[in-house]
Amino acid sequence: MAAVPISHGLLLAAILFVLGLGGLLVRRNLIFILISIEIMLNAAGLAFIVAGAHWGQADGQVMFAFILSLAAAEVSVGLALLLLLHRRFPTLDADAASTMRG
Amino acid sequence: MLNLLWLIPVFPLAGFLALALADSRLTRPGIAATGAGSIGLAALVAILIGIDFITTPPPEYVYRQSLWTWINVAGFTPRIGLYLDALSLLMVLVVTVVGFLIHLYSTEFMQDEAHDGGYKRFFAYMNLFVASMCTLLLADNLLLLYLGWEGVGLCSYLLIGFWYRDPANGLAARKAFVVTRVGDAAMAVGLFLLFTHLGTLEIQPLMQQAALRWPAGSALPIAAAALLLGGALGKSAQLPLQTWLPDAMAGPTPVSALIHAATMVTAGVYLIARTHVLYALAPPVLLAVAAIGALTLLTAGFSALAQDDIKRVLAYSTISQIGYMFLALGVGAWSAAIFHFMTHAFFKALLFLCAGAVIASLHEEHNIFRMGGLRKQLPTVFWTFLIGSASLAALPLVTAGFYSKDQILWQSWSSPQGNPWLWAAGWVGALLTGLYIFRVVFVAFFGADVHLPPLQGEGRGGDGLKHTAPETHPPPNRPLEVGGAELQRPGLRMMLPLIVLAVLSVAGGWLELPPLLGDLTLFSNFVHTALPQTPLVHATRTIELTLSLLAAAASLGGIFLAYLLFLRHPHALEQFAQSKPASALRTFWHAGWGFDALYDRMFVRPWLWLARIDRHDFIDTLFSGLAQLCRFLYRGLSATQTGQMRRYAAGIAAGAILILFISVFA
Repeated sequence: MAAVPISHGLLLAAILFVLGLGGLLVRRNLIFILISIEIMLNAAGLAFIVAGAHWGQADGQVMFAFILSLAAAEVSVGLALLLLLHRRFPTLDADAASTMRG
Repeated sequence: MLNLLWLIPVFPLAGFLALALADSRLTRPGIAATGAGSIGLAALVAILIGIDFITTPPPEYVYRQSLWTWINVAGFTPRIGLYLDALSLLMVLVVTVVGFLIHLYSTEFMQDEAHDGGYKRFFAYMNLFVASMCTLLLADNLLLLYLGWEGVGLCSYLLIGFWYRDPANGLAARKAFVVTRVGDAAMAVGLFLLFTHLGTLEIQPLMQQAALRWPAGSALPIAAAALLLGGALGKSAQLPLQTWLPDAMAGPTPVSALIHAATMVTAGVYLIARTHVLYALAPPVLLAVAAIGALTLLTAGFSALAQDDIKRVLAYSTISQIGYMFLALGVGAWSAAIFHFMTHAFFKALLFLCAGAVIASLHEEHNIFRMGGLRKQLPTVFWTFLIGSASLAALPLVTAGFYSKDQILWQSWSSPQGNPWLWAAGWVGALLTGLYIFRVVFVAFFGADVHLPPLQGEGRGGDGLKHTAPETHPPPNRPLEVGGAELQRPGLRMMLPLIVLAVLSVAGGWLELPPLLGDLTLFSNFVHTALPQTPLVHATRTIELTLSLLAAAASLGGIFLAYLLFLRHPHALEQFAQSKPASALRTFWHAGWGFDALYDRMFVRPWLWLARIDRHDFIDTLFSGLAQLCRFLYRGLSATQTGQMRRYAAGIAAGAILILFISVFA
């Protein structure tokens, strides 16, 4: 099995990251924002895996395991916040929760 | 024994600190014991030191105590040092003993102070005052003296404005502070002048240097003496800086007795006596001292005649009596000035304390024409007030005031600087003194029991009667109507000081008897260990006898005139007072010869006008511009805080891209 060239892997990671960032900036629904964040995290994880495969090191996979656990924690906190927000402002629109404007 | 000298200022200072730092757990008796006790201890130490000093005098009648070096900068090393000689010993004795009696009186007089804080504050200030005054008197250098000088000024300010809830009292306090500051500024310049030319501020070396290096009558000693005189004029309320003292009566009466009669206002007399070598080098200034004293004693005497407020009569009388002391200093009668200071401290403190007792008994009534017949209702106060008045009016032979005033009059004629004009001014002043003080005696203590209902603004004379009772005073539990039935009789702690001071007002004069009457010179012999003797020229037995008789006649004549005008034929006087020139003159005198109005036009109003037009000057635009800029930046930055999370995320992304861009391409 021919090795995937590193540039392809990194390009895919970059595309995924930009997609996630675009989703984060464009979507107003909080659930989609959370999903976008997940995509960005996975893009970063993919970059680690690719780099680890390229250098023949296990560090990339270790970092991915970290990112997975981080993402799990982030989602649990994020969903809890989302529930509270939904209870307070009966909507999932992120822009509605802007009462702390200067 | 003499090495306990430092305790004299330290006891009152400790009392002040204890009272200032104590919390509400200190009860009223505790406050009274601390406040009066600290002064009592200081007086005890002063008396013991005085006895020791007189029985076994130190070499050259001088005792120095150097505590520590205060500052050490480039060869300028003023010490915290004390200097005790006959002059400072006498002053300290009077200050502590009279001060203790007044504190004792205050423990009862101030009892009605609405809350505990006021009672404690009063004694804290009073103790600080005595500490500052003792520092002033015992200082061995002019810098330490100046510290005490400003300290007593501060306490005077704090105590005049003691009932600060009434804005009028605060105004009086500020007036006293600012007017004395005018003199103090001159005094500070005088100190700088002395230091730059003679290189020291230690009083004794300074005086020796001045006498060695400056010829008499040259410009430098004249300038220095005149500048120091400025400070003395402000503090001692002499022309032209006398306007603050009558208004200072806004303070509680014991304050008027202690600060504005017996002690602080004589600090100017002390300063001139302390630096007498300098004044001897400046004959024109010495003449000015005598002339100012003579003028002041006359103007203040006439003003006292026209006052209705008992405390203001006494205030003008104080100005007038200090005028006598300045007259004595000006003719070189140092010992006579100090003698008059001592007797004046006794009888004027007594008069003020009596006035306080009367005012408190009548529920804050100050107007003598609404008193009357108090002789029967307050017999002790009446007799002590009568003794004080007799002493002030220099009733011949029996009172202390006679011996001191007679000496001043005699030396204002017979000393080398004296002349008949100065004597004549003093003689007229003596006549006035008898007249104005017995006017108070006859109007307030004799006559019918006139207790008019409280009247508003239509008092006799009707021109700016000052009632200084603030809103919190008297307390609501007192009946407000003035009448014999609710007369409050002062208690023992108020009576005892009156009696002691009355005894001193009579017996104080027996320390010094003129050559014609026993020729006793205990006092002047003692004072002459510190101050030079007054040589007598154009003095013969006949002249002395004539002048003494004339002085006695002035005093008796003043009293008799008061009897005729205010007791025997009051209606004749009233008719005369109705006439136009008489009432104009009366208003003029009542207002203290219009000095207040004059200064108001000359200084206060132009200053306020200047302040008003200068309110929006260009320097302000600098600071308001700075504020504007801050406000603008604040608005801009706060606009970025939209509260929308996605914008923050976009900001973070843009920043990250920017950093990447810089790190890759730069």
